[in-house]
Amino acid sequence: MKRKHKRLTFVLIALALLATSAALVLTAFEESIVFFHSPSDIVAEKVPLDRRLRLGGLVEQGSVVKKPDAVVTFRITDTAHAVAVTYKGILPDLFREGQGVVAEGRLIDGVFTADEVLAKHDENYMPPEVADAIKKAGQWRGEEKP
Amino acid sequence: MIAEAGHFALTLALFVAAVQATLPLAGAQRNDPVWMAFARPAAVAQFLLVAIAFGCLTAAFVTSDFSVLAVVRNSHTAKPLLYKISGVWGNHEGSLLLWVLIMALFGALVAVFGTNLPPALRARALSVQAMIAVGFYLFMLLTSNPFERVVPPPQNGQDLNPLLQDPGLAFHPPMLYLGYVGFSMAFSFAIAALIEGRVDTAWARWVRPWTLLAWCFLTAGIALGSWWAYYELGWGGFWFWDPVENASFLPWLAGTALLHSAVVVEKREALKGWTVFLAIVTFSLSLLGTFLVRSGVLTSVHAFATDPSRGVFILILLVVVIGGSLALFAWRGPSLKSPVLFQPISREGGLLFNNLVMTTAAATVLLGTLYPLMLEAMGGGKVSVGAPFFNATFVPLMMPMLIAMAVGPMLTWKRSDLKPALNRLWIAFAATAAVLLIVWRLQGGAALGLLGIAVATWLFAGTVVQLAERVRLFGVPLRESARRLVRTPRSAWGMTLAHAGLAVTIAGITGAGVWKVESIQTMKPGDTVTVADYAYTFKGVEDVPGPNYDAVRATFDVNRNGRFVTTLYPEKRHYPVQNQPTTEAAIYPTLWGDLYAVIGDSAGQDGAFVTRLYFNPLVGWMWAGVMIMVLGGAVSLSDRRYRVGAPKGSRRRLESAASA
Repeated sequence: MKRKHKRLTFVLIALALLATSAALVLTAFEESIVFFHSPSDIVAEKVPLDRRLRLGGLVEQGSVVKKPDAVVTFRITDTAHAVAVTYKGILPDLFREGQGVVAEGRLIDGVFTADEVLAKHDENYMPPEVADAIKKAGQWRGEEKP
Repeated sequence: MIAEAGHFALTLALFVAAVQATLPLAGAQRNDPVWMAFARPAAVAQFLLVAIAFGCLTAAFVTSDFSVLAVVRNSHTAKPLLYKISGVWGNHEGSLLLWVLIMALFGALVAVFGTNLPPALRARALSVQAMIAVGFYLFMLLTSNPFERVVPPPQNGQDLNPLLQDPGLAFHPPMLYLGYVGFSMAFSFAIAALIEGRVDTAWARWVRPWTLLAWCFLTAGIALGSWWAYYELGWGGFWFWDPVENASFLPWLAGTALLHSAVVVEKREALKGWTVFLAIVTFSLSLLGTFLVRSGVLTSVHAFATDPSRGVFILILLVVVIGGSLALFAWRGPSLKSPVLFQPISREGGLLFNNLVMTTAAATVLLGTLYPLMLEAMGGGKVSVGAPFFNATFVPLMMPMLIAMAVGPMLTWKRSDLKPALNRLWIAFAATAAVLLIVWRLQGGAALGLLGIAVATWLFAGTVVQLAERVRLFGVPLRESARRLVRTPRSAWGMTLAHAGLAVTIAGITGAGVWKVESIQTMKPGDTVTVADYAYTFKGVEDVPGPNYDAVRATFDVNRNGRFVTTLYPEKRHYPVQNQPTTEAAIYPTLWGDLYAVIGDSAGQDGAFVTRLYFNPLVGWMWAGVMIMVLGGAVSLSDRRYRVGAPKGSRRRLESAASA
């Protein structure tokens, strides 16, 4: 093989790899990107029902109910609207009423069925998505303790 | 007093670094030996000053000096000594101090042991190293002073985040930083080579051990972090494709590619420009990782800094370092011609293929990690890119490389033939088929699981075959083979161990990822739940006090087919100072998988608790595999040809031995 051809081989391999990764990335984006929504979005029905999504806000005071078989229901609120959530499993250590959380799952018949609940590892910390959602709802009170 | 001394030492270090960044570089350009000679004492002095600063901060933590803000925020008198010390780097300011300490240490090592280096290369590399250091010193002194005082000092501190009070995590940041910062050496040498316009075998021999050292630490650091997540977060998982995990994984991918391309430069003087480029990319990704983790743009347990001025400063630093070095590469890179040619099917070809796959995979992970930030910056809404994305892109991309990894080391340099290599691998084919059949009979046809196990077996068997070929097992008498085995260079042993370790790791990841059994339920005392043949009987809970926490401890008796296996004691701890609970999983490791139990909240009056029980198959193989990989790196590092500081000395010795 001539020098040019040798180089060409590697250029072709590199292009093939890039094309493969581009194809993989595009299909994966289509299927596995999860959009974040606030309770107000869901109440306003601006949310696709056939996709997984993330719902963020504060756990409404007094809404947490523990049911048999490790099922928990609670409501996530952005202080303007609230959405009912159901989850089976152990909640994260920092899950508390009045605390910012993000739940991931699907909206089924108006109830958000979460398969993952994230609460952040610091009690003074508010996930930025949640802070923004509450700001949007016009209920933000100060930077420190919402 | 101690805090002021530390602050003063840090300020002095900045000035020493500023001198080191300019004088030796100018000296190298003017070919002035006196100016160049500044580099070595300056590097040593810089290290001593930072070491004093670090010692001062450690002293403040150990003696619980609550007039220092960093101590107040991250320590408490009731905390065990180990966590008082690890608290030094368990926060934003202290972790930066650790970063510069390691960086100065590496600079000092080059200064002390680099006696064989060409003086101009040494002067330039140390200058580049000092330039990065100046950026970090300025960042610390201007925005995140670890020695800031509090007046009046409070009675006690706010304690370290309880999740970080853990032996695994005590050593996770230093390991990771040794890796990140170790790549700065490869970077400094790359920039020095670009300024000089020369890359040769000697250069590669200098860059390789540093890269290897950094790679070993980074690998161990990532594994420690993942191990911590496995037993501390209580989700039974070990890798979440969290942006912060990706931030440490990206330099690892690029660094692994660099390690392999540096081999080609050393052995064949080819791929020079590419290797320099990879060195720049690897360190840039290390800096980007630090930026992502520290700036607070990502939401994570690691994000300490939420002060926007810090973010802007790091961003500027990042743009200057990455932009500057890439611009220099664009200008000077084309002069690094590689005269030696090779066929696509050859050892070099295999190594280049590894590089192409690793960089493509790194680019994919980078895209997935930054996509949410980019989309939000362009006003496209908030998204999260999670594990499904990375599993669907990264895993298939790596497959061809893993398959090729068994073949590559069988090829000869320059030109080779695929067919004889594949013929010699028949035994690996046979082993793969046999293992596949056994796993299929035992576990059934989970396609992804079978694929993972097949790739792992193929790679492991191929690596063993390569070693057997090397010692000509059964080709010559056994004693001769044994002698060849002993004489095998340590760098070859390193490759064999690292590749075999990766195979074991892949088997572990596959087992734990695909065949995990999970059961969540509410259990009353006396209830029994069976998970993967293991029957867990819940005996109830008791209160147990800890040094700085209170715990609720549950007891599970585990039986298998009526035989007692073990008793597990998962805990739920509560740390009163930060008013934060943590989950302590109870794990019983076996060869074929871990028994893993976690308790959640109390559920009702009758002593019932929510419990989560797992069987995680082969998960121990993952940590074992990583340890074998790191061991491989260490063995390779001990090869006398690459011994830090002695690349030329040993060659001279070899020559004198040959002439004697």
